[in-house]
Amino acid sequence: MQKLGLGQAVNQALREEMRRDPRVFIAGEGVGVGIHNSPMLPTDGLVEEFGPGRVKDTPVSEAAIAGLAVGAAEAGLRPVVEIMFNPFFTLASDMIVNHAAKLRYLSGGKSSFPLVVRMKSGAGFGAGCQHSHNLEAWAAHCPGLKVVMPSTPADAKGLLKSAIRDENPVVFIENMGLYFTPGPVPQEEYLTPIGKADIKRQGRDVTVVTWSSMLWVAFGAAEKLAGQGIEMEIVDLRTLTPLDKETILASVKKTGRLVVLHEATRTGGFAGEIAAVVMEDGFPSLKAPFRRVTGPDIPVPASPPLERFYIPDEEQLIAAVKEIVETGG
Amino acid sequence: MQISADKKIEMLQTMILTRKFEDALAELCKIEGKIPGMMILCTGQEAVGSGACAALEPLDVIITNHRSHNHLLAKGADPGELMAEIFCKSTGCNKGKSGTLHLAVPEVCAPCTTTVVGGSLPIAVGQAFAQQYRQQDRVTVCFFGDGAADEGSFHESLNLASLWQLPVIFVCENNLYAGAQRFDEHARVKDLAQRASAYAMPGRIVDGNDVLAVYQATMEARQSAVTGGGPTLIECKTYRCRGHGETDQQLYQPRDEIEKWQKKCPIPRLSDELVSQGLITPDGLKEMETRAGDIVDQAVRFAEESPYPLPEEALDDVFA
Ligand SMILES: Cc1ncc(C[n+]2csc(CCOP(=O)(O)OP(=O)(O)O)c2C)c(N)n1
Repeated sequence: MQKLGLGQAVNQALREEMRRDPRVFIAGEGVGVGIHNSPMLPTDGLVEEFGPGRVKDTPVSEAAIAGLAVGAAEAGLRPVVEIMFNPFFTLASDMIVNHAAKLRYLSGGKSSFPLVVRMKSGAGFGAGCQHSHNLEAWAAHCPGLKVVMPSTPADAKGLLKSAIRDENPVVFIENMGLYFTPGPVPQEEYLTPIGKADIKRQGRDVTVVTWSSMLWVAFGAAEKLAGQGIEMEIVDLRTLTPLDKETILASVKKTGRLVVLHEATRTGGFAGEIAAVVMEDGFPSLKAPFRRVTGPDIPVPASPPLERFYIPDEEQLIAAVKEIVETGG
Repeated sequence: MQISADKKIEMLQTMILTRKFEDALAELCKIEGKIPGMMILCTGQEAVGSGACAALEPLDVIITNHRSHNHLLAKGADPGELMAEIFCKSTGCNKGKSGTLHLAVPEVCAPCTTTVVGGSLPIAVGQAFAQQYRQQDRVTVCFFGDGAADEGSFHESLNLASLWQLPVIFVCENNLYAGAQRFDEHARVKDLAQRASAYAMPGRIVDGNDVLAVYQATMEARQSAVTGGGPTLIECKTYRCRGHGETDQQLYQPRDEIEKWQKKCPIPRLSDELVSQGLITPDGLKEMETRAGDIVDQAVRFAEESPYPLPEEALDDVFA
């Protein structure tokens, strides 16, 4: 099977969808001609294949980029727009949060806004907090949006294709670190459903729910814990909203223990939502208290030791798991 | 306006210091693991910050952006503390929290730097409002690029500053590129200064490689601002001789365009003039360069010898 980085998988999805559907266009800062040329980047080579009429380089104008998507989507196109980094979502958010997310409902279901907003996210580049701030929980808090955060290249391809074909606005967040680690991606055409979590590892002792790059931290921890006789089940959420409650609840029913792992900051983070779902609908299954492993409540600092301190790691996850496995009966 | 010899020499010194500072960074950032994050330099644009800041009083404020080194050095920031912060060390001006992108030096009235394009403008409006509110004879200079003039924040800020006649000077550093986009690929106007007229504000076009012209325009804008004349937009026409950042190979910038602008370098432009006018001797100039080189060497040494912050220091300076 071909091996692609997550950015390349996104690239393949974009190409396939643009070839399939002439309504699909992309727009954003540097999506045609950018400052970096690398085959690992999501929009590499697209302007060469599809031309500047469908691959639109825009000025540095996030509100207009997002609004362009809203207007063009209602008018029958299939916009896939890029907001360079997740923190700049704040500049685009009026159009996405107040408009894309609400207007279909407000029209009584008559108008629709099938658009995708792609963004890079994730710490680990020493760029500091104005480039590295994971805001997925903000987007997930808005009814009317779907929020997708793939962790593997294969999922990224299938999910982005589904996102482009979805009748609703989809926020699609790509962890930049994943661009550079190739993984297997089926060559053929396939769609990965939005709203379905994926059990990436089976285990009987504890459920770890995670998404995006943190999946790989979970894998590392699972490996080590397996050596100590603790079997972790890893639920890769893939989609924050709509949330796949069934898969989470079924896993917790099996293991009786739940840890949520995310890179975003703690307070108001999406771990809280997952905990609430399990409290409401899966409480009798729990044999031990819920734990979450997240970034601390600080902006992401630039200096490497500080940034490493910020990013949740295997040791923290292992400690959380052991605590509830050992004390939780 | 007559510009004193001392002032001219001060501006030359600032430009030379900036150039040496950034030339050192351009080399250092190639060494794996030496400097985290991005490296965004202003080679060829030193006249803008050096001229504008030379026209300011110590208590005047500057708000700058991702390409900030020159602005901050020109405002008087300590080169060692800046360098250490760029190295992400604990002795840096922001204890390693910022790195190169968000250098804050309130000690010299450069209280915050934002790398969100267009973010500097509304903050500058707020600073200027406080200056007006507190009846201080002070101004705020806001530095931003041509790309930032496409953000909504540019337009909202100019309108509000004009409406309330705030003492703010919008210094647009039009280096002909915003990322990989040439100016005429991201805006139809020939001059961004034109946009000032939409907000009933004076808009001036200045040769951004002529530090004396930048100085003069800023002096006039300052004079107007502190006497109730409100804001000014100054568009400094200059050129980004390097890539957007050091990882940008400039594939989209024509070679001859770069070379044409390298010849317009603001530093020899002023130093030749000062030498020919006898305001500085060739030896004096050499000495000035050596001194700037020493300051930079010392700053680099300080940065290199300084420790990284301890991991738990990530939790310091958390107030909310
Ligand atoms: C809101 C926002 N959008 C995009 C970016 C990414 N970005 C950083 S610098 C830059 C180009 C800015 O161009 P300009 O304002 O002309 O300044 P210059 O880099 O030329 O100094 C872009 C798009 C950003 N930092 N902030």
